[in-house]
Amino acid sequence: MKPNDVILQTVTKIVTFIILTFAIYLFLAGHHEPGGGFIGGLVIASALTLLYLAFDIETVREGLPVDFKVVAAVGVFIAVATGMGSILFDQPFLSQAFGYFNLPIFGKTELATAVLFDLGVALAVVGTGVTIILSISRDA
Amino acid sequence: MNNLVILPLLIPLLAGIFLVIFRQNILLQRWFSIVAIFSTGVVAAYLLQMVADDGIQTLAIGGWEAPFGIVLVIDMFSGLLILTTSIVSFGCILFAFNSIGLEREQFYFYPFMLFLITGVNGSFLTGDLFNLFVCFEVMLISSYVLISLGGTKVQLRESIKYVLINIMSSTMFLLGIAYLYAITGTLNMAHLSVRIAEVGQQGLLTTVAILFLVVFSLKAALFLYFWLPGSYAAPPTAIGAIFGALLTKVGIYALFRMFTLVFYHQPEITHLLLGVMAALTMLLGGIGAVSQWDIRKIIAYNVIIAVGFIVSGLAVFTSTAVAGGIYYLIHDMIVKALLFLLGGTIIGIAGTSKLKEMSGLIRNHPLLGWMFFITVLALAGIPPLSGFIGKVLVIKGTMEAEFYWLAVIGLLSSLMVLYSVMKIFVNGFWGETYLSKEQEKGTTSGLLFPCILLTMVSIGFGLGVEGITFYIDQAANGLMNPDIYIKAVLKSP
Repeated sequence: MKPNDVILQTVTKIVTFIILTFAIYLFLAGHHEPGGGFIGGLVIASALTLLYLAFDIETVREGLPVDFKVVAAVGVFIAVATGMGSILFDQPFLSQAFGYFNLPIFGKTELATAVLFDLGVALAVVGTGVTIILSISRDA
Repeated sequence: MNNLVILPLLIPLLAGIFLVIFRQNILLQRWFSIVAIFSTGVVAAYLLQMVADDGIQTLAIGGWEAPFGIVLVIDMFSGLLILTTSIVSFGCILFAFNSIGLEREQFYFYPFMLFLITGVNGSFLTGDLFNLFVCFEVMLISSYVLISLGGTKVQLRESIKYVLINIMSSTMFLLGIAYLYAITGTLNMAHLSVRIAEVGQQGLLTTVAILFLVVFSLKAALFLYFWLPGSYAAPPTAIGAIFGALLTKVGIYALFRMFTLVFYHQPEITHLLLGVMAALTMLLGGIGAVSQWDIRKIIAYNVIIAVGFIVSGLAVFTSTAVAGGIYYLIHDMIVKALLFLLGGTIIGIAGTSKLKEMSGLIRNHPLLGWMFFITVLALAGIPPLSGFIGKVLVIKGTMEAEFYWLAVIGLLSSLMVLYSVMKIFVNGFWGETYLSKEQEKGTTSGLLFPCILLTMVSIGFGLGVEGITFYIDQAANGLMNPDIYIKAVLKSP
């Protein structure tokens, strides 16, 4: 008998958005509060894992057609590239800069290049985590 | 501040990331990785000349000066090792082109080779104990992948042992760092050295030193080598060659660094222990090498003997012996890679690694045979070749410091090396030719060129030793006088 998982799928559709929002909150909070790229990336990976559990791998791949190995590589590249950016300005490798800007909606906001580094970390974590899940889930 | 210092780490890392993205294009993978290694070598040579002219170069990452931030330091010792790493890995990757096979190449072989080199170069560069741990892990995780890549039965069995033993030693490394941080409150190596010199190396610090000695001995296969012969014999030739040439040497580098810069106050305990372990390594490794009839195992045991010999230079702790240790370290990195590559070629031709099932290869492969013969002589330390000067200086240093037992065992180990490797030459190359050219299991096409390259480097190192004496002396001088390193890192007058 084919199991009926309509409740799981409906709950997943709502919960995934909550988890992803929380992940982005954690990611952006990292500079002043607990959080950051690593934990943000892990939470995103957990949201994706929930999708894989509730639906199946093929369905999710249709909605999200990316190769997560490449995501991980791009993430590490972004992290290294922010380090190399400082070489262009004749600063030591991995020097960070920050400034205050007046943005249209947010008002006075602190922007730091450390966020770009964290973005790289987050992508690397998402890529690695999902790749592990996908490669051990095959041929179950 | 000198941003060039990070390039030996950055170039292979970036090339590796780039190649992960372009996985399918094998031609791009091959040429991009070889160009990356070549440019790393050029940068390393340039940095080496810079160190020779202007002294130790440092880079405080992110602009945070020592001891608060992570500092990358390139002194003569690490500069020489980075250059040698580039040369050796150039040869190994070139050898992999024609030997590693398409299915391994498609599964990220070249990126993981580059990540392995990233970890090795990072370990040589770093001036921070925790960063050393991280670079060790970068190197080890890449080596876990490389040892199991391909998934043959023997590879999987050996990789389980290899991973288990390395996870255990890494945990002990982390514990040692925790103890040391609790006692001294710093992780920068130069600052550690200053703090320990201030309080004097008491019983507790010597205990932590012995913990580090155990950790690095596990990594370098010094006495605690039980995991090595099996694991290094399992992977394909190009991977085994880069393991034999680089991985144990990083452990030796860490031993040299820690026991000349940080824990040098009680040599009567720590360095004597190193000496005893080195002597046992040479004896037991020698017995292992002599007793084997399998080419891969003989070569793996030879790695162990060399580790014992190099560390005996450190154990004596005089500038002659340390200089000899550095000479021998560099020679051994080159010639061990060469030995693995030549051994792999022989196994490829004969289709077996058992010496008793092969014979008379010299009739069809004279170049391979004579190249192997030269390598054997270089390994044993016959005068015009590269192993000679290092052996002489180490033995001279041990004699001067009146460690006669260590000198005798060192000389005895040379004899065992010569016997064990000559056994391959005599049984494999001399005698009746079993296999005609058509019956051979593999070809040497494309495999001989990297071997010739490394042989030339080895011969050049032996003949042109006058030219590099200046660099080696400066490296040994830097190791024997930690003040030079500390001044350069902490910017103290």
